Amino acid sequence: MNRLTIHRVLLWAVLLLFAAWFLTPMYVMVVTSLKDMAQVRDGSLLSLPTDPGLASWAKAWSGACTGTDCRGLQPYFINSLAMAIPAVAISTLIGSLNGYVLSKWKFRGSEFMFALLLFGVFMPMQVVLLPMSQILGWLGIASSLYGLILVHVVAGIPSTTLFFRNYYIGLPDELIKAAMLDGASFWQIFRRIVLPLSTPIMVVTLIWQFTNIWNDFLYGVVFSGADSKPITVGLNNLANTSSSVKEYNVDMAAALIAALPTLFVYIVAGKYFVRGLTAGAVKG
Amino acid sequence: MGALNIRGIRKSFGPVDILKGIDIEVEAGEFLILVGPSGCGKSTLLNMIAGLDTPTTGSIHIGDRDVTWLPSKDRDIAMVFQSYALYPNMSVAENIAFALEMRKVPKPERDAAVQRVAAMLQIGHLLDRKPGALSGGQRQRVAMGRALARDPKLFLFDEPLSNLDAKLRVEMRAEIKLLHQRTRTTTVYVTHDQVEAMTLGDRIAVMKDGLVQQFGTPDDIYSRPATRFVAEFIGSPAMNMITAQRGAAGVLSKGVELATNDAQRQALRSGGAELVYGLRPEDLVFADDGLPGTLTMIEPTGPETYLTAETAVGKLTARVPGNAHRRVGDRVHLRWAAEQAHLFDAAGGQRLA
Repeated sequence: MNRLTIHRVLLWAVLLLFAAWFLTPMYVMVVTSLKDMAQVRDGSLLSLPTDPGLASWAKAWSGACTGTDCRGLQPYFINSLAMAIPAVAISTLIGSLNGYVLSKWKFRGSEFMFALLLFGVFMPMQVVLLPMSQILGWLGIASSLYGLILVHVVAGIPSTTLFFRNYYIGLPDELIKAAMLDGASFWQIFRRIVLPLSTPIMVVTLIWQFTNIWNDFLYGVVFSGADSKPITVGLNNLANTSSSVKEYNVDMAAALIAALPTLFVYIVAGKYFVRGLTAGAVKG
Repeated sequence: MGALNIRGIRKSFGPVDILKGIDIEVEAGEFLILVGPSGCGKSTLLNMIAGLDTPTTGSIHIGDRDVTWLPSKDRDIAMVFQSYALYPNMSVAENIAFALEMRKVPKPERDAAVQRVAAMLQIGHLLDRKPGALSGGQRQRVAMGRALARDPKLFLFDEPLSNLDAKLRVEMRAEIKLLHQRTRTTTVYVTHDQVEAMTLGDRIAVMKDGLVQQFGTPDDIYSRPATRFVAEFIGSPAMNMITAQRGAAGVLSKGVELATNDAQRQALRSGGAELVYGLRPEDLVFADDGLPGTLTMIEPTGPETYLTAETAVGKLTARVPGNAHRRVGDRVHLRWAAEQAHLFDAAGGQRLA
């Protein structure tokens, strides 16, 4: 064995160790969710299920009780989808439009506006709770999905604008000038030239926004009504609903269900995520 | 009235004057060169013609229309950018047709224009490719094709060859010249390369510090440079500049009398005492007598050789055809005719004679 292989082996050993360290909780969740309660009670945390089954998944999805309501996570999941998809789409679109204006159509004071927007990125969420509930009340969309969508769109605009603006700064100004000379309008340049070149940053922003909005608990718990609670709130209520026994297998299945969409988004679009974060992308 | 008329253009950013009063008139079909060192304002001026920038005062007319405040798209111009600015997400054919599409030209006409341009520039085989898959020279052609497709009143080029390697640059320069001879579209071409300026231009505006130093044909500019700056900027190797004083009977430099003729002596009477005496390298000849000196450097280029000699009045570079068959350290004598000399005022740099 020469020096190089020793280094290799060492490297792999360390990497595997870290991977195991980070994946163990995931493993425990998956195996526990496949066990029945008898095995959960007397087996060890790490043992494989002797009789694997999806009963706890089915219960978590459509039979578990949160409070007095025993319809499982299903309604919350649907709420979350109905909230996250429009909120992500709208905040991303507005962000790209803002970024386009702030980088390619600068006007007097545009840098100042950008600085103000940046402030929004670092503003703690708790600060907006009271004024926002006031505003939602005035608009008549408090305790509804529309209210939640609006909150997430507004809260997301600073970061989506930041992403797109910084990406568009890298697009050559001459492209815009050439399009102007070719007779394209503000919107035509955006739609025909800028948007088609935005794929990497678009993917980054979509993942970022989806993860944030899907995983949000604070806004979900504060601004939702009885029938518009998102899945994070549902999961919390499900795990905290006291009954005679704590059904760990159902809790684990529920947590996995709540996490699946973000996992799915990462797996589908993850390679663009890394690419979009690192690459300057459109030289040429 | 000319095809392009630039009148009294000034541009200031606060206290800084970028352009200090530019007047240029170009006839239809002419090839105008704006040349100068970086920061001279040539690109700013081009952007104003293109409608991408606005002057502080002054006006720009294309044909008989005042376009000073007109948006770019209504000026009937096309521009080739230094970076080519091809749309990376569109194929070559789409790039060429984009301007026509924006002007709502029907599809069959657009296709015909693309075919016509592709044939003219020999890029027919590239039409389906994306710009990313093209070489530098091919991108340059596509950028020109995009400008040609619309058959504009005015062509603008912003240093279009500066991203190419030396060999390709010479090739593309020739193509631009041929293209202009064929289409006879009025053209404004910005460059900092004096060779491009001389080879391409019908008329050249040499700019420095926001002012046009001289506006004339390449021959005017080369043979009668209006200022010391123009004399030094145009021509390679650069003109030899000898600091000198007006003497009783002619021009003296470090005790050496420099040749002048009657007309030059006449002109000198109006100027100051301090002068610059300029000589083009090709006007210096080696002879048996004349200004003595020692060769300090020899640069053969093949067809001609540049020889630098240390003389009593300073370093002088001569340019002779072929191989000079001389060696560093050789004692030589340099001669020239008085009428080849260019005399400039040392203080203002204006041409005296």
